[in-house]
Amino acid sequence: MHIVVCVKHVPDTEAPIRIRADGRGIEEQGLPFVVNYYDEHGVEEALRIKERLGGTVTLVTAGPARAAQALRTGLAMGADTAIHIEDPALDGADHLGVARALAAAIRAQKCDLVICGKLSTDDNAAIVGPALAEYLEFPQATAVTKLELSEDGATAHREVEGAVEVLQVALPAVVTVERSINEPRYPSLPGIMKAKRTPIAVTTLADLGLAPDEAGAASARSEVLGFAPPPQRQAGRVLEGDPAQIVKELVRFLREDAKVL
Amino acid sequence: MDFELSEEHRLVQSTVREWAASRLRPLAAEMDRTASYPPELIRELGDLGLMGVFIPEEYGGGGMDTISYCVALEEIARAEASLAAVLSVNNSLDCYPIFAFGDERQKRTYLPELAGGRKIGCYCLTEPTAGSDAGSLRATARDAGPEWVLNGTKIFVTNGVEADVLIIYARTDPGLHGHGISAFIAEKGDPGLSVGKVEHKLGIRASSTCEIVLEDCRLPQHRLLGERGKGFRIALAALDGGRIGIAAQALGIARASMEDAIAYAKERHQFGRPIAAFQANQWKIADMATRIQAARLLTYRAAWVRDQGRRHTSEAAMAKLYASETAMWSATQAVQMYGGYGYVQDYPVERHFRDAKITEIYEGTSEVQRLVIARQLLDAS
Repeated sequence: MHIVVCVKHVPDTEAPIRIRADGRGIEEQGLPFVVNYYDEHGVEEALRIKERLGGTVTLVTAGPARAAQALRTGLAMGADTAIHIEDPALDGADHLGVARALAAAIRAQKCDLVICGKLSTDDNAAIVGPALAEYLEFPQATAVTKLELSEDGATAHREVEGAVEVLQVALPAVVTVERSINEPRYPSLPGIMKAKRTPIAVTTLADLGLAPDEAGAASARSEVLGFAPPPQRQAGRVLEGDPAQIVKELVRFLREDAKVL
Repeated sequence: MDFELSEEHRLVQSTVREWAASRLRPLAAEMDRTASYPPELIRELGDLGLMGVFIPEEYGGGGMDTISYCVALEEIARAEASLAAVLSVNNSLDCYPIFAFGDERQKRTYLPELAGGRKIGCYCLTEPTAGSDAGSLRATARDAGPEWVLNGTKIFVTNGVEADVLIIYARTDPGLHGHGISAFIAEKGDPGLSVGKVEHKLGIRASSTCEIVLEDCRLPQHRLLGERGKGFRIALAALDGGRIGIAAQALGIARASMEDAIAYAKERHQFGRPIAAFQANQWKIADMATRIQAARLLTYRAAWVRDQGRRHTSEAAMAKLYASETAMWSATQAVQMYGGYGYVQDYPVERHFRDAKITEIYEGTSEVQRLVIARQLLDAS
């Protein structure tokens, strides 16, 4: 069983985000980055399958030089090999471009299963996994909470409104996972040392047989026009005085200002 | 010169930080109150490689360096200080001497178990009349043919209650100032070995501290660790590394004090504004941060010198001295900033204050560290 897991290096969700001076991105200077949480669950799921059925786990990321840290973390958890698609043309690529680049790298791997996180916590799009399945022409199951493999393929459980949907997919397939699917392990110290010794295969779009206008910024069909911070929360209002008066004022407020009554 | 942690050190830091935040910190107050810890935590630390950080992988250890050890201990102690003591003793005072001075059989027998968190180690040096003057210890080991027969009383033994593997220092030959002392490996259940009085402590309450009583304790010949009569050298070499660990533990307590104080200063309002707006508190925070950074640099440098394979007696003593005094000082400032709330158990700084004190005492008091540092300088000139 050869499993490929796509990982993304994203800003720590607990870190304060500052918008870049040009308004079209976020300031990365001093910002701590981590492996996208959903992808950590993806790595864990792949490692569990490997522990049950044998095989290898390959990590793939598309991103700048710093994204190698996400691969190192996954290797330290126990993945076997890692591929880093690093190409300046990917700056400004949209989700479809990234999916096309990942698909090209994965196609060369001859894998049985591709696992992605359900979404990445930086832009919450949940596009790359499904788009990847389309480019690879693999069946897909998204937001999976339980995955079982058999000779016939994979059985994937998805939590849908009020029920659990059970899908049977043929392999190779793309599966995107929810965080509830498992509890990711911590990298061990020997794992960290092994990750340090494992070479990461760095590849460009050209190496993958893609022209810059096929996957890079030049091919993007969507463009980020701007980032804005969420609106500041208004200060609360405290009503004071005689209880009868307060109730009257509260009802008026809820009806006329808040318009909830 | 590069002051940044390497990629793998940062990975150790983030891993241990996450583990400690989710598994340890929520239990800290309860562990302090009940003076106990869930034993499965040791197994988890073993699985991560943290019970034998610098023991090579072939002996079941983490295969990393002393900097990693410091980074990990600071993160553990930031969450809860007692477990840092348990871990530090196991790493520096048990795994290390067995690895550095043990024969192949001893290494194969004990290291995988100790480094894997399946067994816990302790270090028995101090006696009722031999504290800072450890070289004057009185426990004896008599060569009785196929066995050694040990007699004496060891006190203030960290991990003593749970310990499966005990390194015991006893006198095999007459001598002054540490001469004639040998090191032995005892195991829980060895005849004549028992746990005596269990201490009730001011801080690091979740780790056990007790008396170990040796009454005609019989150990096979192959339990002698290192050369006969050279045991005190082993004890001191273990302490050189151990002190770097205690410095890292102290750093964790100091950082906990500072981080908690900062959070509280921003939240607590008096005179119509957060108390962080008062310069009296800003100066406390600035001084804590400065001292912590200085302590961390001393600690990392001591670890680095050790990793170069060089003698680090003085560097370790300086790091331990400065970091422990920084922990006590920072915890004192934090309690002061919390005021009345700092004196009660509803907030963690009261615990940091109690936990900090031991770092100025064990593995050599601050006075002993100064003695060690001064002796190096005076002997050199």
